[in-house]
Amino acid sequence: MVDRIADIWGTRTPYPKDGLWPVRVDQALQEGVTEADVDRWVQSACVLCSNGCACDIAVKDGAMVGIRGRAGDLVNHGRMGPKGLFASWQGVSSGERLQRPLIREHGRLVECDWDTAMDRITERSRQLLHDRGPLSHGFYTSGQLFLEEYYALAVIGKAGIGTPHMDGNTRLCTATAAAALKESFGADGQPGDYTDIDSCDAIFLYGHNMAETQTVLWSRVLDRIAGPDRPRLVCVDPRDTEVARYADVHLAVRPGTNLALMNALVREILANGWLDEAYVRDHTLGLDELRATVEPWTAEAAAAICDVPAADIREAARIFGTSGRVLSTVLQGFYQSAQATASSCQVNNLHLLRGLLGRPGCGILQMNGQPTAQNNRECGADGDLPGFRNWENPEHIDELARLWNVDPLTIPHWSPPTHAMQIFRYAEQGSIEFLWISATNPAVSMPDLPRIRNILATPGLFLVVQDLYLTETALAADVVLPAAGWGEKTGTFTNVNRTVHLSDKAVEPPGEARSDLEIFLDYARRMEFTTLEGGPLLSWAGPEDGFEAWKECSRGRPCDYTGVSYERLRGGSGIPWPCNDENPDGRVRLYGDGVFPTDPEYCESYGHDLLTGATVGPEAFRARAPSGRAILKAADYHPPHEEPDREYPLRYTTGRTAYHFHTRTKTGRSRPLTRAAPSAWVELSPHDAGRLGIGEGDLVRVTSRRGRIEVPARISDIRSGTIFAPFHYGYWDRDGSPGEQPTAANELTITEWDPVSKQPVFKNAAVKVEKIGDATGPAPAPSTTASRPSAAAAGPRSVQPTAGGRQGQATEWVGAAPPPRFPEAIGRSGQDGRP
Amino acid sequence: MSLNIYLGMLHQAEQTLAESFRQVAEGHAAEPDVHHLCHALAQQCDEHSRVLLPVVQRYGEDRSDGEPERLHAEGLSTTRQGPVGLLRDLQDLYLLASFVDVTWTMVKQAGSALRDRGLLDVVTRCDGETATQLRWLQTRMKQAAPQALVAACASPAADRAAP
Ligand code: SF4
Repeated sequence: MVDRIADIWGTRTPYPKDGLWPVRVDQALQEGVTEADVDRWVQSACVLCSNGCACDIAVKDGAMVGIRGRAGDLVNHGRMGPKGLFASWQGVSSGERLQRPLIREHGRLVECDWDTAMDRITERSRQLLHDRGPLSHGFYTSGQLFLEEYYALAVIGKAGIGTPHMDGNTRLCTATAAAALKESFGADGQPGDYTDIDSCDAIFLYGHNMAETQTVLWSRVLDRIAGPDRPRLVCVDPRDTEVARYADVHLAVRPGTNLALMNALVREILANGWLDEAYVRDHTLGLDELRATVEPWTAEAAAAICDVPAADIREAARIFGTSGRVLSTVLQGFYQSAQATASSCQVNNLHLLRGLLGRPGCGILQMNGQPTAQNNRECGADGDLPGFRNWENPEHIDELARLWNVDPLTIPHWSPPTHAMQIFRYAEQGSIEFLWISATNPAVSMPDLPRIRNILATPGLFLVVQDLYLTETALAADVVLPAAGWGEKTGTFTNVNRTVHLSDKAVEPPGEARSDLEIFLDYARRMEFTTLEGGPLLSWAGPEDGFEAWKECSRGRPCDYTGVSYERLRGGSGIPWPCNDENPDGRVRLYGDGVFPTDPEYCESYGHDLLTGATVGPEAFRARAPSGRAILKAADYHPPHEEPDREYPLRYTTGRTAYHFHTRTKTGRSRPLTRAAPSAWVELSPHDAGRLGIGEGDLVRVTSRRGRIEVPARISDIRSGTIFAPFHYGYWDRDGSPGEQPTAANELTITEWDPVSKQPVFKNAAVKVEKIGDATGPAPAPSTTASRPSAAAAGPRSVQPTAGGRQGQATEWVGAAPPPRFPEAIGRSGQDGRP
Repeated sequence: MSLNIYLGMLHQAEQTLAESFRQVAEGHAAEPDVHHLCHALAQQCDEHSRVLLPVVQRYGEDRSDGEPERLHAEGLSTTRQGPVGLLRDLQDLYLLASFVDVTWTMVKQAGSALRDRGLLDVVTRCDGETATQLRWLQTRMKQAAPQALVAACASPAADRAAP
């Protein structure tokens, strides 16, 4: 047994370059339950981050009692991380689950039956559609539903109601990944693959604390690092993360300055001639503009802006420019910061300039945060159209209209689907009067929470919240619908490297809870949404019908699922799309032929100006004749809009810890995870702590122009001048409201977003910090992660090492099976991952 | 030669546009994208005026006061409120920016005829940015128009968030 709270990444299984990542099967069972007690194992994949680790759920007496990684899956080779081991099943098995619908009566939420709740929803919905039209309706969904559920919602919104106001929490986590891929390559679609870790000579992690956000993926990197020929590592992150600790070059940039750094890296590549001229000539457009944009950005110029040594920037560029095979991964440090899309496009540009794409070890992973964010992008329940279709292309709209058998004019396509922040703005202004929030918790996750709370409480706004628990958001609802969770329903979802998994129903949901799909289908039925012939718009009986319908929608598009079926997904490994006649077992990486989806008839987007977000438009895009070439897009650096000043002298950034997911609705119900990271904290550097007279564990007040939080301080090795707060800690486990001691990191964040991806800026704000109370002990921050106490802190108080004790134990079987490989691992049957 | 009239007018119009962008930025500060981008675009206009100034001076400022009245570009005097007000203000900016844009085109034509490389360099530096300003305004207006014209309450007083 291994304490997987203390040892987040588990036992090392080193392997060499181009080797196969060894299998290690991880398993956690409820205390007192042994394998012999388990009635059956039900196939699934974990939904607590975007990694999509395949697993089997242990079921005993109709309840989930444990989990085990699937040895034969290409994603995780049997492994699970702490969240998967200890929160996947515990996170939904809590007694606090919502069991019956609730409606607001005389200001209070009271239980009712489904008919009453649904009637109340449809009554309001009908009346508003009649009086105000479709633009009165908004939908805000998640990165945590299943594919079939997103697709149902997309059809309801686009073909049933006809509202453009539909987005997901994906806007907060992955919008920039999609935007950057569209700008550079013409359509969404992850170019790289996890096996690029196996084959690369260097890995660049841009604002991606992989060690905590995708712990199993980081295990793979650690196993390469422990092998005989470790890849070089470059880390861009203001914090001393686990990634930074292994890095050859750690660029601890000032928050908000990524683009200055990226422009300098590109300039170094160009200035040193480290580019593949033939590749650039044959497969890209826009070199001259790129060159002109980055020209002023010498390493020294960027060093002055980013506050990192110019020599480090040069060294990072040299590693990129001279390593044989480079893998880049990008996440929230770029996506949730200033000039997000422009910075992320520069990562794509670095690969395009060197022709490092579509070959083993040469990949880009524009990551996602949430587990099923990818499906929301594909199915179009966010700011995209289903099947990566282009809202500016009338032919694509006609395709959807034919597919759904509705009038093309029903489908809103006069401008891009409304992004989340704008949906909330319309609700604030009163023009959206019906808002349906499913499986997400904006009252904790959105920026500038004082404002969001006001919006949710707007009189006249009819708020429907569909969730597993009575979240902070649900408390503000007019109707609360109890949803079935993971393991209680069947459906598919797709991880960050395009791998599709099936998650089968293992147990019954509690009480009267229903799957999100059932709820959406019920709404569509009651609203009598019809096709042109008058038949029901959504006649699916269940999830598999939804999947089959989706396959038709995806046909011929980059995310082609036509070769995938529930049956093929049962037993073997997950399957990476596109999976069709041409790629019967799916495809590991895209763009090996250097042909990109920029054909104007095929592309998902004609692109944007990266500084303003102005659309390029069809004519200008066609005029460039991209014909399959990628586009080198760039923008000049502009300073972030809120910078430290006399009143608010420090930079503020937010993020995650390895032990929690999102707003802790699931991980907060797991005892070992909650013990590892029980409550909120902030991190500051020994230098800042000394200056402000703050010691480890002291209670501090952090204030921005929006609000304040009051939490204990951890003195860590974050860069000086920067304050970090984890964003997980809302109020559901207190009394639902911030009260006198607010703890949610988003009390302080700014209402601002990237002009292209519309992703909010969570990672840059100006704050001040003051001590308001003496420590009663060390801060409740883990010692195993980036929040590890600094050795340089003055007068260290003893911080207990984070450990899981009895409840944090998991079994590991190293080398339990031969490593799975593509394509042999696909579609085999009878493989149950048992060691 | 009347190029100096056009140069003076362009210089003036860029300054007017800068001021108008700032006015909209402040008047619609509750729309964060409008607020930040209008400030950024105002800076672009400032920069255009700055690089144009030596050319204006070289050709000599026009003191005749003779250009037709209608060639003056009027700036925004105040901003409006609510969703429709935002739309109208953006539309005013669009008209002003269009005026600047087409004036750059005229100046470029004259500069080409004169083979004035210095002037043409200034045009190249600036006219693409003006075109992008127009495209942004159009993008933003297209996004805002349906909600403002179809769904929002007609009177700004009904805008719950209006100051
Ligand atoms: S890495 Fe992500 S998907 Fe895998 S077990 Fe951990 S939380 Fe779940």
